[in-house]
Amino acid sequence: MQFLAQQIVNALQLGSIYALIALGYTLVYGVLRLINFAHGDIFMVGAFLAFFAAVLLDLPFVPTLLLSMAATALLGVLIERFAYRPLRNAPRVSAVITALGVGLFLEHFTLASVGAQPRHLPPLIETVVYRLGPVRVTTVHLVIFIVAVVLMVVLDRIVNRSLTGMAMRAVSWDKSVVPLMGVSVDRIIALTFAIGSGLAAAGGLLYATAYPVIEPYMGVLVGWKAFVAAVVGGIGVIRGAMLGAYLLGMVEILVAAYLPSTYRDFIAFGLLLILLVFRPQGILGRREVQKV
Amino acid sequence: MPGLLAAAFALAWAIAHHGWLNPYQQQILMYVGINVILTASLNLVNGYMGEFAVGHAAFMAVGAYVSSLMTVRLFPFQAAPYLFPLALVAGGAAAGVVGLLVAFPSFRTRGDYLAIVTLALNMIVKSAIENVEAIGGPRGFLGMQRLTSLPWVFASTALALYVLRNFIHANLGRGVLAIREDEVAADLLGVDTRRVKLYAFVLSSALAGVAGGLFAHVVQFINPRSFDIIRSTEILVMVYLGGIGSLAGSVIGATFYTVALEWLRFLGQWRLAIAPLLLVLLMILRPTGIMGLREFVGLVPRDERGLRGRLARLGYGTVDSGGGAAPSAPEGSASPHGPA
Amino acid sequence: MRRSPGLFVLAALVLAWMAGPSSAQAQEIVVGLNAELTGSIPVVGQSSRNAALMAVDEVNAQGGLLVGGARHRIRLLVEDNHDDPAAAAAVAQKLIYQDQVVAMVGPNASRDAIPAATIAESARTPMISPWSTNPQTTAGKSYVFRACFTDDFQGQVVAGFVYRDLGLRRAAVLYDVASDYNKGIAEIFRSSFTKLGGQVVAFETYTTGDRDFSSQITRIVSLNPDVLFLPNYYSEVPLQVQQARNLGYEGPIIGSDSWGSTEIVALGGAVMNDQFFTTHYAPDIATPEARAFIEGYEERYGSTPDDVAALTYDAFGMLFHAIQQAGSWEREAIRQALAQISQFTGVTGTMSFHGTGDPEKSAVVIRIQDGQFRYYGAASP
Repeated sequence: MQFLAQQIVNALQLGSIYALIALGYTLVYGVLRLINFAHGDIFMVGAFLAFFAAVLLDLPFVPTLLLSMAATALLGVLIERFAYRPLRNAPRVSAVITALGVGLFLEHFTLASVGAQPRHLPPLIETVVYRLGPVRVTTVHLVIFIVAVVLMVVLDRIVNRSLTGMAMRAVSWDKSVVPLMGVSVDRIIALTFAIGSGLAAAGGLLYATAYPVIEPYMGVLVGWKAFVAAVVGGIGVIRGAMLGAYLLGMVEILVAAYLPSTYRDFIAFGLLLILLVFRPQGILGRREVQKV
Repeated sequence: MPGLLAAAFALAWAIAHHGWLNPYQQQILMYVGINVILTASLNLVNGYMGEFAVGHAAFMAVGAYVSSLMTVRLFPFQAAPYLFPLALVAGGAAAGVVGLLVAFPSFRTRGDYLAIVTLALNMIVKSAIENVEAIGGPRGFLGMQRLTSLPWVFASTALALYVLRNFIHANLGRGVLAIREDEVAADLLGVDTRRVKLYAFVLSSALAGVAGGLFAHVVQFINPRSFDIIRSTEILVMVYLGGIGSLAGSVIGATFYTVALEWLRFLGQWRLAIAPLLLVLLMILRPTGIMGLREFVGLVPRDERGLRGRLARLGYGTVDSGGGAAPSAPEGSASPHGPA
Repeated sequence: MRRSPGLFVLAALVLAWMAGPSSAQAQEIVVGLNAELTGSIPVVGQSSRNAALMAVDEVNAQGGLLVGGARHRIRLLVEDNHDDPAAAAAVAQKLIYQDQVVAMVGPNASRDAIPAATIAESARTPMISPWSTNPQTTAGKSYVFRACFTDDFQGQVVAGFVYRDLGLRRAAVLYDVASDYNKGIAEIFRSSFTKLGGQVVAFETYTTGDRDFSSQITRIVSLNPDVLFLPNYYSEVPLQVQQARNLGYEGPIIGSDSWGSTEIVALGGAVMNDQFFTTHYAPDIATPEARAFIEGYEERYGSTPDDVAALTYDAFGMLFHAIQQAGSWEREAIRQALAQISQFTGVTGTMSFHGTGDPEKSAVVIRIQDGQFRYYGAASP
């Protein structure tokens, strides 16, 4: 029982980070129908920007978070402007391949310019271990969970309650009618990228706080896993991405906890595959109506 | 055409036999051939059928391990070079069976969900090999003789392209194209979409398995890491670089990618930063890839050649190889599921 | 057929590539480095390249190697193998046939070194892998050497140290199942430790690239071991140590030579204090050779050399020694001279070859104290 409770705490931390990255995938997909494969690498750049903010500017946690989110948001907008916008009317998959290219570029540009040496993010939060009964919870666990939940609630509000959110949903339904209502599609899409990349940067900083070693390839595996989480939850659906992320975190942790850890990936992905066979649209996704 | 092929085969044999190219150049040419098979076979699913499968390296892995196990453990050492084709066929068949397993869930899924199914398959296959100690686990498997040679690669590549060409231009291939344009409409027109998908998937994965077998017997060492998502991504890039729905595109894409990366070696570490930048640039300038939906005349059966122009024009207008239900053209028919 | 511009570009590219660079000038000795500059372990490639450049520049600063009464400059070609076996094989072919190197150093990771070694052997070209610890790299080959000890040797050394010197009996292991090095050491440790009479209570795994080990460590903690063995790369170890401490593991933690970079302290800070690991050499009791290397490296690159750098430096040292001994830079002559090295004093200790490509050398145990690597004792299986 104590063992299980500790594992659930572990899973919540992992799931929170997956969630912040999965949200970026799902937001961009919802609005543009684009799987932004560069997203994992944007997350990596976010972590590096946070590292530079923390080390060179010597900033504390909150300003580091805000600065890296803002800078990464700008990067997201630039990528959209120069790499994806010219392709908006091209076959959809050209944009996906462009995204793969952008991701590879970000990785190797970082590698060639910053160097291969992994960097250590200085502890921005003092680690204090609390014992809730037999379960050990650290300040890092708490900060990650709280920051992730706050950001997700804010995002959910923006998308479902604000005018901007309404415009985003409108663009996702029908790009051609939106301009008639006086809304700039370009602006909404740029905003979507800004939000998605900002969340990835937040994920990057939290990730680097929990696992304080950063290197240019850190986004690859996490990125793919967050993408899996977004699809499992129902890609394009914000609450689905959150649910999928926590589910993936839980499955990964519990499989390693109760079964031989050698088989973790094998079993975790097998389970997800089975889930998708029965519910291809994801847990919260709606079935697409195909036009005849 | 057969004359040209025979001449090319003779050339491949002569190069290998007389050492007209040094072994490094031969090795790269063999990689080119293997990549052409991988690219063309994935193009059948992603380019011609308009699906989006991303885990092609999984099939390559199955083919590589099965054929290596046969040549190392099953065949007597002396006989292995003669039985090599058998090992390649077996590797292809095994990969085809795995492809069949993927084809079933893919009946229910389309587009981005297929991406995840194949992605998961890639991770599962890699993880499974890592856990089987009998075939080396993460340490990899070795002991293969260098059975793959330039003539073998050339013959396999030519055969793969021939099979794909015939498949695409047969009735089934028409069904494949129909699925790309509109799966529901194809169904209504009487295309047995399940059967078409099944055949296309199995053929595609079997060819990838053959490529894996060739690969294993050039490098003479395979390990699960050689068949990870990164390898799959590489194949994807070659497909779209060369051009969707075009065998010629696959030949050009795979050759260009393989040779260009070798040629850019002088850039050192920046090589892998510059190469994707070129890819992005190409995508912006030519979104369908270098040869998107066009074909060399030799890769179209004789009695189809008159149709060539028409087919290309027809295809070009409605490409939706992203595999989603909604055409990408901005007529605003995107399906109703947004962030909610 | 419509002429495609792509086809012409392609043809031009293929032809340009085939023309290739011209071969070396007559009096230069051309050597190659096959390194993992990109891919999953770029740090390894970078250290290897740094040390290689340093070794070659030092020789060239003296006017070159003294062979046959005259000095000959060394020309070093560094190629990236992307930590990919297929690319490592291609690079080996390129260096051997296109660039006509007299010998090749690298690759470092065993997964890359094995296919490259196959090619070096069939091309009768000497190859020295600085860091590949897998027995298969040199097994049955006469042209392939290594500068490090093997997994088998080190796994036994660690087991003996834990059982005899520390007197601990219940061990837990956490290792990367997708990496041949980690898995190799972990398994040999388990079998040796069990043979000595110890017990391995937990044998947990993860996959390359993972950063969260909380699940496995929670399980390890619940089994209450005396000692935790982490035969993993130094970029991951601090995370594992930190998570183990946060989850309540308080016992000693042991590592292998993959810890051998002071980066491990920079990344992990105080949590790394008082841990032990086995490796090739101890900086603080270093021989004059080692001291000169460490100081030169620090001055040139601003960081302390790790084990790959030291081993690469020694690989070049052995190669240059062999060329001078042979009085020739013919591939066959170099091979014979290498195989006959009876005592070479390098940065990582003394090495001698006895009929195989695996050197006989000693291991040391290091204890991390106040962020410094301190010599703790010599170690043997």
